[in-house]
This record gives sequence, structure tokens and C-alpha cells, in this order.
Amino acid sequence: MIDPIELMTLFLFSIIVYSIPLLYGTVGEIMVEKSGSLNLGVEGTMAVGAVIGYIVGCRADSIVAAMAVAFAMAALVGALFAFLTVTLQANQNVTGLTITTFGVAVYFFIGNALGNKWPQFQDSPGFAEGFSVIRIPFLSDIPVIGKVLFSHNIMVYMAVAIAILCWFYLNRTVPGLRLRAIGENPAAADSLGVKVALNKYIHIMVGSGIMGLGGLYMGLNMGGTFEGSNCWINGYGWIAIALVIFVNWSPAMAVAGTFVFGFFNTLRMYNGALASTFPEVLGWLDDIPAQFFSALPFIITLLVLIIDSLRKNKRSGQPKAIGLNYYREDR
Amino acid sequence: MADEPYAIELRGICKTFGSIKANRNINLTLKKGEILALLGENGSGKTTLMNMLSGIYTPDAGSVFINGAKVTISSPEDSAKLGIGMVHQHFKLVENFSCADNIWIGARDKGFLLKKDRYKIIEDMASEFGFEIDPRKLVSMMSVSEKQTLEILKVLYYGASVIILDEPTAVLTVQETRKLFDVLRRMKESGHSVIIITHKLNEVMEISDRVAVLRKGEYIDTVVTSETTEKKLTELMVGRKIELNINRPAPNKTKPLLEIRNLTVLNDEGSVAVDDLRFYIRGGEILGVAGIAGSGQKELCEAIAGLRHVERGKIIHKGRNIAGLPPKTIFEAGIAFSFIPEDRLGMGLAPNMSIVDNVILKKYKYGTSPFVDRKSGRVEAEDIVKRYEVVTTSVDAPVRQMSGGNVQKVLLGREINASPNVLITAYPVRGLDINSSYLVYDTLNAQKAKGVGVLFVGEDLDVMMELCDKIMVMCHGRLMGVVRAVNTNKEELGLMMTGALDLVNAKEDKPAGIAVDSALTLEEWEREIEAEDKEVDKND
Repeated sequence: MIDPIELMTLFLFSIIVYSIPLLYGTVGEIMVEKSGSLNLGVEGTMAVGAVIGYIVGCRADSIVAAMAVAFAMAALVGALFAFLTVTLQANQNVTGLTITTFGVAVYFFIGNALGNKWPQFQDSPGFAEGFSVIRIPFLSDIPVIGKVLFSHNIMVYMAVAIAILCWFYLNRTVPGLRLRAIGENPAAADSLGVKVALNKYIHIMVGSGIMGLGGLYMGLNMGGTFEGSNCWINGYGWIAIALVIFVNWSPAMAVAGTFVFGFFNTLRMYNGALASTFPEVLGWLDDIPAQFFSALPFIITLLVLIIDSLRKNKRSGQPKAIGLNYYREDR
Repeated sequence: MADEPYAIELRGICKTFGSIKANRNINLTLKKGEILALLGENGSGKTTLMNMLSGIYTPDAGSVFINGAKVTISSPEDSAKLGIGMVHQHFKLVENFSCADNIWIGARDKGFLLKKDRYKIIEDMASEFGFEIDPRKLVSMMSVSEKQTLEILKVLYYGASVIILDEPTAVLTVQETRKLFDVLRRMKESGHSVIIITHKLNEVMEISDRVAVLRKGEYIDTVVTSETTEKKLTELMVGRKIELNINRPAPNKTKPLLEIRNLTVLNDEGSVAVDDLRFYIRGGEILGVAGIAGSGQKELCEAIAGLRHVERGKIIHKGRNIAGLPPKTIFEAGIAFSFIPEDRLGMGLAPNMSIVDNVILKKYKYGTSPFVDRKSGRVEAEDIVKRYEVVTTSVDAPVRQMSGGNVQKVLLGREINASPNVLITAYPVRGLDINSSYLVYDTLNAQKAKGVGVLFVGEDLDVMMELCDKIMVMCHGRLMGVVRAVNTNKEELGLMMTGALDLVNAKEDKPAGIAVDSALTLEEWEREIEAEDKEVDKND
């Protein structure tokens, strides 16, 4: 029997842990979509960043190297997407789907090629140390809240910081205003001398890089073991795309929005413990099959999209020109 | 003054799109501090030419001189640096940005952070030029006239000394146009040069110093406005003499064909677009519908054609309520619908299909054979091409390859071929040149003579006052009154369009929009509406 307070603390702590990869993915996709590009390749972009960042991090024995490479590789995938859709004017939906297939394939290719030589980051002391918990002085000593909010690894803090920074960038800076203008009406931005293509490239790459960090975090969180059958990202890239709609294209809202999904994910891990600790109130959790909990994030995604479609005055944050390629001399 | 260089001089400008020569060897001069009108029919290359000055297109050949110096304009940025600002026909504004933010998009030296003082800066600058505008107002909340003011403000903010306006008055009421012209005159006084593109000859005469005329991509001549007349300008533009009068045969009226009462319709966003509207059309008359763009015209037409849900009210066609019936039933009852949207291809025709296939679209269900009867479709398509002088390579060529005007003729021709008794036509001459426009007017008059009731939703008040028998004015989906075209003037219509004048109850004995010889008596109407309201309450 676990102490109820301790269980609740752990439960809340895990919500945050499980929200973070989605936060990276969602914020990254918001940056991409705000430039007017709908990138359905989140899943693949996260996979590429994850696997290459992870391997390099293990070899270099440094989490900084892992993050830098995860960001750079995912940004490179973003550059590919930008080249195809911005420069060559390819259809964004098809390109995004291709990126997903490609990225997940890269993950399996590298994993299978390494076989037994697949490294475990726990064997790289510097890397493992870098991913260990950083307790914020004083704040982490507060009961419950200290553990839940202020005893995480560096990538959790960074995710929240990136989300807030992106929100600030979009809403409070001149380049952010320009980016939003491109997503809304590229012709208007162009007529005022804003470099539309350059801006799209930059923000697609930066957004993709952020997704790559989320991929890396997922891999590390799952213990860094390569499984031949399952990709680390496991559909989270798709949930991130739905979340962008759910949080109305706001990085600040994304922090709250991802917790909803973190909650249901954590429920899957803790349903047994919750049922035995609070048998009267939550005993019924034990009767629900585990498969249902695994499916839950996707069921919730479906519900969220249905609710969002029914909402009146919806999608005020959706860039008007999303999914449309911009060609200046279009008649 | 002879030594002073031109603000802009174009020499030998050419531009080709695929196989279409949009501009051929164009020469044009703009003096400092003058208003130059650029005149030409549709497809004469005015907008293309101006887009080369604004950096949207780059010329294939020819050179541009600004203040006597040769320049190359390869992007909007270059154009702005040279002091050229363009106000496009379709505004280039971000709808959910404020006025100030729309200007700030192009800010270069304003630092990294978005500061609050931008509102003050814009406000100060606006009042300096004598504009009234709220810098915090969202573009989506602005009227067309406000949006245009913002566009002008934008180009002035970026230091434009030459301002190009592409059909600025097309969407304005008479009062708003007058305001715009005051602004233009003020700008001229402060030393700016203005190029204004317009179709409307009376405006050219009123505002411009000189007029440059283009025809089919070629430069014809530049004349001094005070030394010319509307008639001479038309001849230059069309290339031959032309009669500028629209016939209006006396209507041969029948009982009301279509009667509409208490009609309420929502738009796509779910807000009220047509608000408790009532009117009627008799056979053998043309009823014009005037209103500022987006006052519910589209929703009204769609509701009558059965393409949009009717929230409340009755649409009585020959004594039968057709509100809520499927479009096919309404079409078979003899109500034809031709709507020309802003992009001209959006509604009615399938752009990738040929004329023949588009004709068949409306009749494939009839006949006994399980196969499509292509032969009669082809006959009809060829008939339309011949009768309406449609310019096309073949009746089998995709509709999208034809010019906008010819597409419109095909749509109108197909609808009229169905021999309707009510013809709803919205913006049938939108973007058509003078010749084609007159062909359309003649066609509508021919329908009227046959006893068809025509609903004509239009933009150009001059045309409506000449063509229509009666004009109904809408403002925000509400009826503002129905006036006889011979008894009204543009000022009155303009006031009604903006909602400043309400003539619904102007006549004591007869409220506007209710026929004296209605298919139902007043008591019957009231009973009908009451019954329907009860129904609605029950469903709620």
C-alpha cells in the first residue's frame, strides 16, 4: 500500500513528465503553422531528431550534444519540407505525410542497422547525469508542489521555457507580427517588403527543431531502448497536430492543453495503484482493460477534434493562409 | 516646367503570361503632382501594368524611369524604396490584425519588441493627413471605406510619393467616393502623384488631370481631361463609336410571380445576413437589388435558389411556398439562378469541364436513356456560343481557359435556355467590358419582354438606374425601401445603402415590398406567418 499523498504527488509529477513531448511537438508545429505551412510530418520529424540526437548524445556522452543534434537534424528535415513546399510549391499535405513515412523509416533503419551495438544512455555517465533531475533550490522543498513542479530534468524546464518564449515572440515582437502576417495573408506581407520565403524557411526549420527535442525527450523517457516493433514517438506526433487546433494556435495555451493528454497517459500507468489506494472512489479503474488506457489519448484526440468542430466562433487563431503555397505572380 | 522630369516614365513595357500578351510596348508618363486616370476595358492590361510598377510582376522588356533616372523594380521592396505605393483592388490586409499592426508588418527600424506607442504614432500620422481612423480597430470590423483608408495610410506611411489606386471606387457608395476624392485632391496638393484605375467615366472626368487609355494590352493615347468628353474617351477605349444608352422597354407587368415575406437567412458564420426581408417581383419587370458589398445579397439569392437554409419566412412562387424545397424542385418550378462571385468561376460552372459538359450538368437527369445524352448538350452549347458571341477555341475546351466575360456568358446562357419564369442574376456584368455588358443588358431586357421576372443584384448604380424598373435597397440584410428607378437618384440610393435613409414606411397607404394584389390577402399572410412562428416555438 502506497501513502495516498505520495501517490498523488507521483501521479501529478508523471502528468508533467508525459505532457512534455507533446508540448515540444505542439509548440514546434504552432511555429510552423503560423508561417502558413501545415506540416503533417511531425511524427517523422520527431523520430529523426530522436534517434540521431540520442546516438550522438551517447557517443559524445553529453545531453547538450544530444539536444543540439536532435534540434539540428529535425531542422534539416524541416528544411526538406520547406524546400519541397516553399521553393518547389509541392502540396503540403502530401509532403508532410511523406516526411512522416521517411522519418519513421530513418528511425527503424538506424536502430536495425546498429542491432546489438545500440547504446544505452545510462552507460554514458555524462549523458545520464545531464538527464537527471535538477531540483530548483528552495522551491523544490515545498511539499507536493516542490516534487510536482520543481524536481524535473533539464528538458522539462526547457520545454516550458520554449513555449513561453514562442508565445512572447509571436505576440510581442515585430518579427513575430511579421510571421503571423505571412500565415494570414502572405500577399499583404509581401507587398510591404517582408521576405515571405525566407521567413517560412526559418520558422519551419526552427519549429521542426523544437519537435526534434520532443522526440529526443520521448526516447530518453522510455529508457532509450530500441524496440524493433515500436517507434518511440508512437503516434504522439499526430496528437500534437490535433493539439495545435485544440489550443487555438497559442503556445501558452499549449502548456495547459498538453496536460490534459499527460493526465490520461498517466492514468494508464497508475490505474492499478490508484484503484488499490482509493478502493472506494477509484476501485472501478481496475475493471477497465489496459488496452483501453493505451487507446485513451487517441480517443481523447478524436473527442477534442469533434468538440472543436462544434464550437462556435472557432479557430480564431488559425492562420488563414494555412496549407496554401504562396506564389507572387499567381493570377 | 518642360525641364522637370516625369515622376514616372514607362518606355516600351511588355509582359506576357503564357500565350497571352497582357502588355505590348506601353509608354506612359506621370507628372509630379497630377492625378492620372488609367482607362481601359477589362483585359486591356491596366492592372498588369501597374503591378509591374509595384514589383508584383517584372516586365519582359522595356524600361522604367523615376524622376528621370532609369530603375529596375524586381520586388515590392524595390518599389516601396522608389516611393511607389499601390492600393490593390483586393485589399492586401490581414483581417484579424489591428489597423496599426497592418502598417507595422513592414516596419524596419522599430526594434525587436512590439511597443504600444505604435498606436499613437499611427494616430498622429493619420490626423496629419486628415484621416479619421482608430489605430486599434481590427480590420475585420472595418467597413470597405475604412479598409481603403487604411491602405492609403499604409502607402503614405512608407513614404510613397506616387500612389496607384486600382479601381478604388468599385466598392464604395457615392458619399464614400466623394470622401475618397477629397483625400486624393489633398494628396495632390501636398505634392503626391496619383494614378487611378477606373471604369467609370464620370469619375475620370471629375477627378483626373490627364487620362491614359489602353486597349487590348496596347497603349492608345494620353489626353488632357479638360479637353475631352466621355464619348471621346469611350471611343478611344473601345476603338469605335458606341451608343452609351441602355434600353428600358416599358414593363408589361403581370401579377406577382415571387413574393417574399419575413425572410431571415444566416450566413456561413451563423450571424443574420438577411433580416426580416420582404419584397416581390412581377413578371415582365426587372427588380434591382442595391447594397454595399456583403449586405446579404449572396445569402438572399442562395435562399431563393434553395442553396441556403431559410431560418424564417416565406418565399411564395406563384402561390406556392418554396422555402425549404430542394434546389432541383425550385429549378424545375422555373426559377433560374446565375450568380457571378468575385472570382467569377466559383459558382455555377465546373472550371475543368467543357461548355458541353457544363450544359449537360443541368439536364443529365432527363430523358429515358441511362446514358448521358451528349448530342443535345452539344447542340445547346453551340447555340449558346453562337447566340452570346462566346469567344472560345472549342465547345470541348475546359471553361477555365476562357476569359471571365465569356465564362459569364456561358453561365447566363445556360440558365436562360432553361426558359425560366424567374431569373435571379447577381453581378452578371462583374468585370465585363462595355460590349459584353451591353449584350447582357439586352439579354435581360429580352427576358423581361417575354414576361420573366428578373432579380438583378448589381454594383453599378448608374447601370441599375437605367436598366431596372424598381430598385430595392438592402443594408445589413434589412430592407431600406423599394424605389422606382426613374424617381430616384444616386444620392438617395447611397444614403439608403448606408442605412441613413429608411423609406420602408415612406408611403402611408402602401408599405414597401408588399404587393397590393398579393397572391394571399393580408389576413392570410398574417395567419401563415403566425402558424409558422408557432411551429418554430414548438420545435425550440
